[in-house]
Amino acid sequence: MWSRLVSLGLRAPVGGRQGFTSKVDPQGSGRITVQVIEHLERLALVDFGSREAVARLEKAIAFADRLRAVDTDGVEPMESVLEDRCLYLRSDNVVEGNCADELLQNSHRVVEEYFVAPPGNISLPKLDEQEPFPHS
Amino acid sequence: MAAPMLRWVGRGRLWTFARVDGGSCHRRGAPTGSTSNRIRGQSSVAQQPLYTTQKPRKGEHKWAAVVGLEIHAQISSNSKLFSGSQVRFSAPPNSLVSFFDASLPGTLPVLNRRCVEAAVMTGLALNCHINKKSLFDRKHYFYADLPAGYQITQQRLPIAVNGSLTYGVCAGKKQSQVIPKTVRIKQIQLEQDSGKSLHDDLRSQTLIDLNRAGVGLLEVVLEPDLSCGEEAAAAVRELQLILQALGTSQANMAEGQLRVDANISVHHPGEPLGVRTEVKNLNSIRFLAKAIDYEIQRQIDELENGGEILNETRSFHHQLGCTMSMRDKEGKQDYRFMPEPNLPPLVLYDATSLPAGADPQQVINIDQIRETLPELPRVTRERLVQQYGMLLEHSFTLLNEVGLLEFFQNVIKETRAEPKKVTSWVLNTFLGYLKQQNLAVSESPVTPSALAELLDLLDSRTISSAAAKQVFEELWKGEGKTPGQIVSEKQLELMEDRGSLEQLCHSVMEAHPQVVMDLKEGNPRAINKLIGLVRKATQSRADPAMIKEILEKKLSS
Repeated sequence: MWSRLVSLGLRAPVGGRQGFTSKVDPQGSGRITVQVIEHLERLALVDFGSREAVARLEKAIAFADRLRAVDTDGVEPMESVLEDRCLYLRSDNVVEGNCADELLQNSHRVVEEYFVAPPGNISLPKLDEQEPFPHS
Repeated sequence: MAAPMLRWVGRGRLWTFARVDGGSCHRRGAPTGSTSNRIRGQSSVAQQPLYTTQKPRKGEHKWAAVVGLEIHAQISSNSKLFSGSQVRFSAPPNSLVSFFDASLPGTLPVLNRRCVEAAVMTGLALNCHINKKSLFDRKHYFYADLPAGYQITQQRLPIAVNGSLTYGVCAGKKQSQVIPKTVRIKQIQLEQDSGKSLHDDLRSQTLIDLNRAGVGLLEVVLEPDLSCGEEAAAAVRELQLILQALGTSQANMAEGQLRVDANISVHHPGEPLGVRTEVKNLNSIRFLAKAIDYEIQRQIDELENGGEILNETRSFHHQLGCTMSMRDKEGKQDYRFMPEPNLPPLVLYDATSLPAGADPQQVINIDQIRETLPELPRVTRERLVQQYGMLLEHSFTLLNEVGLLEFFQNVIKETRAEPKKVTSWVLNTFLGYLKQQNLAVSESPVTPSALAELLDLLDSRTISSAAAKQVFEELWKGEGKTPGQIVSEKQLELMEDRGSLEQLCHSVMEAHPQVVMDLKEGNPRAINKLIGLVRKATQSRADPAMIKEILEKKLSS
């Protein structure tokens, strides 16, 4: 992989592409704020229950930040390790479906062949309102 | 049923623009200075307001509105975008769902070739640059009808970019002039549709049907070049016609195959753009125009009262004719876009780059698709104008009304009459009757053959045009009689016998000596009265031109 990066070194970057920007800690100081944790918990429905979990996150980010040491000027980003593979195109035929019974068995509650869900998203309570609840 | 769109929407909308730059929406692109005077006159006409607004204060700045549209068109295909389950409008709940659509662990997306072809065709028809390499991404958000927790879309590098859509807006005093306008297309991308939620407020639950989950969508993003509801409606209508002509989408808004979200903001010309709101839940072209115009006015009123516009999502309530905030507790969404790891880049080829010996099933050739594009609405209209000598406005009406073009062409096929006559009868008489009774072309009691036969009778001078109108009214009753039968039953044939016509003219002249005196004294218009009297006497069975000729001969003798 390293030799490949070197050989691509002189290629001009593709203009006008939207990259994914990092929302967490653009300065690189390594600290994650409470607001960011709350934001992540709401977005990903992940529970950072303890201070240790947050510390682990900070270590993971610091580990990934080491990539910045590499000079990637003029190198086209790799979007996918599959980039040399052909994307298989399927013919437009109906070959699946008709298994409502099987699928509905996965659902806790069912009403007349419909899955049952709560009436809209239930937002996560704020950090200070949270009660400790059991992890299943 | 779609009304002849261009004619309907324009009327009654003008008063809202009394305060929006004096009708800039219509003035933009006007060919000569004289039209702007006409339009200015129009916008000061007081129309019946739909809701109250304040009178404009003195020294007020003008407002300009900016409208951007995001259009989702369901791709017309047999199976879904990434799975082999069927695409169908109605079916038992969750019966058209595969394991992948239900997002069961271990399932993977497999791209449908037909959907890619549909995207390329649409991109080419809209003058886009087709990206030979495009990428798929995941857009994450939680909702019960999105079982995977993310939607596969093309955010970074979509399949087509930088196109244009040309549409026509009615203007001029009688809404009879068509002004061409263009809106730029930012991009076209392939993405998955979500399932359907049925809200059961009574039991505080939502019922989820995943039949629609995974169906292929084309998202067409328009640049904010539009400035009012009428333009937006016309642009969407044209896009609908294009998609239907291509066969890439049936684009039926009522069935949810075409969904439009509008981003609307207002500002003073020359100043930076204002805060925009997003308006959703627009399920017909008529409501689209209404909602946009309402929202523009609401924003203007709010700002003029010293309020501010929030960057929020609003829903259009058509019974009340207004938009209302859909304020979400979640706040602004963060979709955490990431590349779809299960799909390599989508690579398309053209004639020059096509790899030799490639499996044709596995490669898509843009040039080949371009060659097989069907006739687009714009070209159809031009052809109609060239071939049949009709006005451009007429061609718009023919295409805008569902089934009307086919009806017209069927009549042309079967009749000897001149195309201009056919155009006039179809667009004025036939369409007029349809509109009066609010019928679609498919519900018409008059068939193309019947109208063709009627026009033949008229063309061969078997009946007069007044008689023809009578026959048409009879035909409309749908009693199954042919025009020929009606003509003989009601004895509407043109009087061939010149002799008896001369006698009739003579007797009419004798019965009305005062009118004859009038004429002889030099009032030329009195002859029309005589002609009218003779016509009545003949029960409209005589050719008015012949009547006039005979009368004039008699009077001069």
